[in-house]
Amino acid sequence: MQIDRGRLPALGADPQLRFPEIQRRTLANGLRVWTIQHEAVPLVSFLAMLPVGASADPQDRPGLAAITSDMLDEGCGDLDAMELHDALGRIGGHLDSEIGSDATILTISSLARYADRASGLLADMITRPRLDATDFHRVRELRLNRLIQLRDLAPALADRAFARLLYGEHPYGHMPLGTEPSLQAITLDEVSRFHRTMFVPSRMLVIAAGDATHDALAAAVEGVFGSWRPLAEASQLDRSTWPLPPAVQERLALLHRPGAAQSELRIGHVGVPRRTPDYHALIVLNIILGGQFVSRINMNLREDKGYTYGARTSFDFRLAAGPFVLNVSVQSEVTVEAILEALDELHAIRGPRPVTAAELRAGRAALTRGYPRNFETADQISRGAAQLALYDLPDDYFSTFTPRVLAVDETAVTRVAEQYIDPSRLVTVIVGDREKVAPALSRLNLGAASELVPV
Amino acid sequence: MNIPYSRHTLENGLDVLVHEDHGCPIVAVNLWYHVGSKNETSGRTGFAHLFEHLMFEGSQHYDKGYFQPLQEAGALLNGSTNADRTNYWEVVPTNALELALWMESDRMGYLLPALTDAKFENQREVVLNERRQNYENRPYGFAGMALMAALYPSDHPYSWMTIGAAEDIRAARLDDVRAFFQTYYRPRNASLALAGDVDTERAIDLAASYFGELDAGDTPPAVQATAPPPNTTERRLLLEDRVELPRLYIVWHSPSMFGEEDAELDLVAEVLASGKTSRLYRSLVYDDRMATEIAASQNSRELCGYFQVVATAAPGRTLTELDRAIREAIATFVDEGPSGREIERCQAQAEANFVYRLQTVGGFGGKSDQLNAYNVFIGDPGFFERDLDRYRRVTAASMQRVARDRLAPERRVLLSVVPRGRRDLALAGSEPVAVS
Repeated sequence: MQIDRGRLPALGADPQLRFPEIQRRTLANGLRVWTIQHEAVPLVSFLAMLPVGASADPQDRPGLAAITSDMLDEGCGDLDAMELHDALGRIGGHLDSEIGSDATILTISSLARYADRASGLLADMITRPRLDATDFHRVRELRLNRLIQLRDLAPALADRAFARLLYGEHPYGHMPLGTEPSLQAITLDEVSRFHRTMFVPSRMLVIAAGDATHDALAAAVEGVFGSWRPLAEASQLDRSTWPLPPAVQERLALLHRPGAAQSELRIGHVGVPRRTPDYHALIVLNIILGGQFVSRINMNLREDKGYTYGARTSFDFRLAAGPFVLNVSVQSEVTVEAILEALDELHAIRGPRPVTAAELRAGRAALTRGYPRNFETADQISRGAAQLALYDLPDDYFSTFTPRVLAVDETAVTRVAEQYIDPSRLVTVIVGDREKVAPALSRLNLGAASELVPV
Repeated sequence: MNIPYSRHTLENGLDVLVHEDHGCPIVAVNLWYHVGSKNETSGRTGFAHLFEHLMFEGSQHYDKGYFQPLQEAGALLNGSTNADRTNYWEVVPTNALELALWMESDRMGYLLPALTDAKFENQREVVLNERRQNYENRPYGFAGMALMAALYPSDHPYSWMTIGAAEDIRAARLDDVRAFFQTYYRPRNASLALAGDVDTERAIDLAASYFGELDAGDTPPAVQATAPPPNTTERRLLLEDRVELPRLYIVWHSPSMFGEEDAELDLVAEVLASGKTSRLYRSLVYDDRMATEIAASQNSRELCGYFQVVATAAPGRTLTELDRAIREAIATFVDEGPSGREIERCQAQAEANFVYRLQTVGGFGGKSDQLNAYNVFIGDPGFFERDLDRYRRVTAASMQRVARDRLAPERRVLLSVVPRGRRDLALAGSEPVAVS
């Protein structure tokens, strides 16, 4: 074959992606079971998604949801913590537990031949956790120790300060891990009540995926979750009663970290919920602005200026409006220059330098041509499907993704940039060395920096 | 269990490995160069990694950055450098395979004409910021540097970290880049793996077309260093850092990658500190609560390895207590060996971990990366099954023997990382080390 280095090879037609079939059933107790056959490797995974996350923490108990989910693998049913983990190990199991603002997701993967054992362990953790006092005290202590260690981790300090400034007392205003006073105050009774009233079958979705038939996967779930009855009346999860995030007061905040080699920055404001009709336009906007390597902000701050190892923006789409944030760590000496460049990019894309046809084409293509990658492993597919359930997206969501992204035009991108990025509300958090940073902060014209104190 | 593949070696020495997996319409392109920070010399550290950055800045026939056309084609891409190798990969939709090969072959053959001082200065700054972000501004970030410097003589290439010393990165010159490229970035020093939705014959044809024209180059000089003799006297070091809780690192010299006793030590690490049922988690974190976290690992590299145990003290607890508890746990393991239950569990986990590695064609650790690892380090891309056999052959007796021979207390290097101004929290008799 003769090759031509004079031009890049043409791509040809995009390959067709066959979307995985999801079979949906509902058990008599209201638990939803979705199954996905995926025969590539002899593995199965069971993912349990509960639309209850850190935002369900009571106002005075940040960290309750997270510590509750952390207690689930401390012994359940007939097994104490050691026996449970021994059983997991013997089936080559991997347990993964994650808690976000809106949901708790527990996953057990294992060799396919142990599917029943894996689903059984997951069901025991969710429906019959032991919640013993000794375990609770140990788990709480470990979480308090984690909080202590986070005092030295600049990204964690920045994330927490940023969430607090944006959301205040709103349910998105705290980290899932919670705070020291709250963790000290939480009792085992509260954990137990949270579990009883939040973990109810009608709220739970279990996605079984892997090297087995739909029927076998469904049977593995039904066999162990079918007899689950709620332990108490479910507590309400009414997001319509949430307060609005507070109006922006402080535009600039500094957390002093003496001698820090870099300034950890967060710049953003409250964004937009997942179910916005502008979702596809917003992800096109973001990929052009700061969502990938070749985005404007990374090319400017990293590839042109050399201020950082990398800069990204994201709209964190949640059930309610999550944050829009620019996330970057820059050399201390250029902190103000980096913020000015970043603010300029956030401003420019709204009109002064709107997206170009070439940027639009590249951004849409990156999203749509890259889409098949999300459907390679059973784990990826399950996680994608869990998003459908959490955000109540239509069954044809996957297959309509590409046409919807391709339908986004320049006008739409500029419109959503103008609508959802508001330079007058942007909050800038700096975790860095005051001595190196403070003298030039007045150049930002964001008012005096409020000094944050480490908690 | 294996990764079926075909191998074809081009005339210029480039190995082309192809694995078909039509489950998803994507192809992984994975290219290894057998060069890493162990090819550097003292005073010139960090260079292999800095060079990797320049590979993303454009080449002669497409000089507008490496990411743009590939991300527009739907690719995910990255690269990484460690002591022994540098890898580059793209995961592309099936229709962008040729584009990825065009781009990879252009930077393998024609990087230098596109290289400029401006690019070099820019990436030097980016790398210095990477170093600040991942080491200087991170708690315990300097521990690895202190440990490597303590484990190996100062002229040994494992005595520095791949990120290198900041002053060496600042001292690097564009001429060094040219020499490095001409020495190491040659087809005969590389291995290309293509895995995914591709036809083997077509893949080999395409690879031959794009890479076949490149000059083989000379065989790069061999690394002269070998495994250093094991420590015979215990060493104690201390490092002050911006941390809240003191942490203890314990390291021993250990076998090389795929070497004798490497698999045993992997499983010893698993029994000691992997998961809640492990011995050290159970005694230090679960029962006694003297530690907030515990980890153990056999870190095997081409020339030699190191075995490491890391424990962070709970507030109010001391590194002396951690040291004693860890020493006792290892002594007990050496006396009794693993239980039948421990062996069963860690071998089941090991086998499952091999299966988990088969889930994805690309990226770090995917099937294409695996094929290249086996090919570059042992010359056999089909080593998967034999690799797994190394773990299946491990017995209670072999684990016990290896732990006894390799993890003796007098062979340890101990590093206490303590909050600034709190040298009193280090193990007694620790000597301060300076790292920056």
